Amino acid sequence: MSNLRGNKVRNAVFAIVGLIAMLVSSLTLLALIAALAMDGSSRFSSHFFFSFPSRFPEEAGILSAWVGTSLVMLVTACTAIPLGIAAAVYLEEYGSKNWLTDLIEINIANLAGVPSIVYGLMALGLFVYQFRWGSSILTAGLTLALLILPMVIITTREAIRTVPPSIREAAFALGASKWQTVHDHVLPYSLGGILTGLIIALSRAIGESAPLMTIGALSFVAFLPHPPLQQEFPFLSFQWLMDPFAALPIQTFNWISRPQEEFHLNAAAAGLVLLGMTLAMNALAITVRARFRKRLQW
Amino acid sequence: MVSAHMTLPQTQQATKAVVKNVNFYYGTTHALKNLNLTIADKQVTALIGPSGCGKTTYLRCFNRMHDLYPGNRADGEIILYPDTINILDPQIDPLEVRMRIGMVFQKPNPFPKSIYENVAYGLRIRGQAARSFLDEKVERALQEAALWDEAKDRLHASASALSGGQQQRLCIARALATDPELMLFDEPSSALDPIATGRIEELVMELKKKVTILIVTHNMQQAARVSDYTAFMYLGEVIEFGATDKIFTNPSNRLTEDYVTGRFG
Repeated sequence: MSNLRGNKVRNAVFAIVGLIAMLVSSLTLLALIAALAMDGSSRFSSHFFFSFPSRFPEEAGILSAWVGTSLVMLVTACTAIPLGIAAAVYLEEYGSKNWLTDLIEINIANLAGVPSIVYGLMALGLFVYQFRWGSSILTAGLTLALLILPMVIITTREAIRTVPPSIREAAFALGASKWQTVHDHVLPYSLGGILTGLIIALSRAIGESAPLMTIGALSFVAFLPHPPLQQEFPFLSFQWLMDPFAALPIQTFNWISRPQEEFHLNAAAAGLVLLGMTLAMNALAITVRARFRKRLQW
Repeated sequence: MVSAHMTLPQTQQATKAVVKNVNFYYGTTHALKNLNLTIADKQVTALIGPSGCGKTTYLRCFNRMHDLYPGNRADGEIILYPDTINILDPQIDPLEVRMRIGMVFQKPNPFPKSIYENVAYGLRIRGQAARSFLDEKVERALQEAALWDEAKDRLHASASALSGGQQQRLCIARALATDPELMLFDEPSSALDPIATGRIEELVMELKKKVTILIVTHNMQQAARVSDYTAFMYLGEVIEFGATDKIFTNPSNRLTEDYVTGRFG
């Protein structure tokens, strides 16, 4: 009987400890958002979103920063998503299990833990100096793609592993090839999990500033990159890839490091925008995942 | 084993497949030992034996399922009639083998798609896309699997909404849709209740008019009810093979007798 009592006490103690831990983390986040909102919301206006930076705080805006961040993320997504999914499919479905694939597996896990500034250094040496791409959108996008590639591979593999082997066997027994099995079954059934991993990885990339500063991203950009559409044939232009860019995290950092108090308000507002972009991406991930889960019934 | 035991007792039966000296290894484990068997055309042949005797391993040799996993090795021959190709020949593409030989698994494993798409999938990977052709084939397969009446009003509903027994019949329809020559059943009713089991057994007996059937079961009554020929396996060997009546009423091997009378296993 006394043992039962002891169990109940321990149970209650753990519940309280867990509750406190949960409150500490969520309240910190809430306080952060509230502080940003109090400082930054006064700066929200269409002028702020559609103006270039300026040396006058009330004139300054984030147009070049959010356009730059969006374009860099486009390059990152277009590179990291196909590469990461293909690598994960290969490792899970095609590659034979031997010491080489074990080694690759360990290295991918290690790469996921490499500090982002190290990727910046690598990109500075390779993309900027070796390939002479400069501090361009292309350089930044590829750098962030390399940074999140290990994450994409790992989460995609996890998602692929949730498809039961009996489903693969059912497809193979009907005469399906490996590619048909992957394309018709494994990928569609694990798409929810894959998308979740992708969005988490892209959310990490969007907030990165260290590797972008390392490759020499500008903090004062008063122009937009070349438009991707043009009047003359072939109508699509990739000139923008080689243009210099600004990015929201760097713009934020630049404003916060200035002495004038007014610029700090701008920094808070830019931070809120960045937070909003991340939350929007997460919301998208949750919606898409829910849709796929509903369509898929085991 | 005397190879004469492994040939068909009644010679008037046409032959669908002949197994000659098949050995199978999981890595270094010698799982199947020098197996020989003749499978009669459009008849039901049952593989029985205690757990771990190699029945399922044996069955999965017939559609090269072992190729999917590393470290597996089979030697010997499984000759498939009428064109006498050797299924186990490494030169023979396993995809080609699986196009001709259907399989139903122990646990129902429908794809998480609609009933229709489950049955049509085998046809789709064979390049069939014409709607009318698929419709017709799907209906016929579902009828043959005795699922049409239950499924015809919800062909585009998810297969997971079906009961376990219905799901297993759906898997049978999925395998039937591509007109296999040989159907492999791996304990198809072990996850089902007695009523669903009864329906699967009726189905197996009905299907043998059209397709040769090789069925693994650990349920001896099931083997006795549905099969024409029975092979009793023990520790990776076929101990005795013959007409089902004879195996169950007058086995020539002591081990077989002990097993079918329930003294072990």
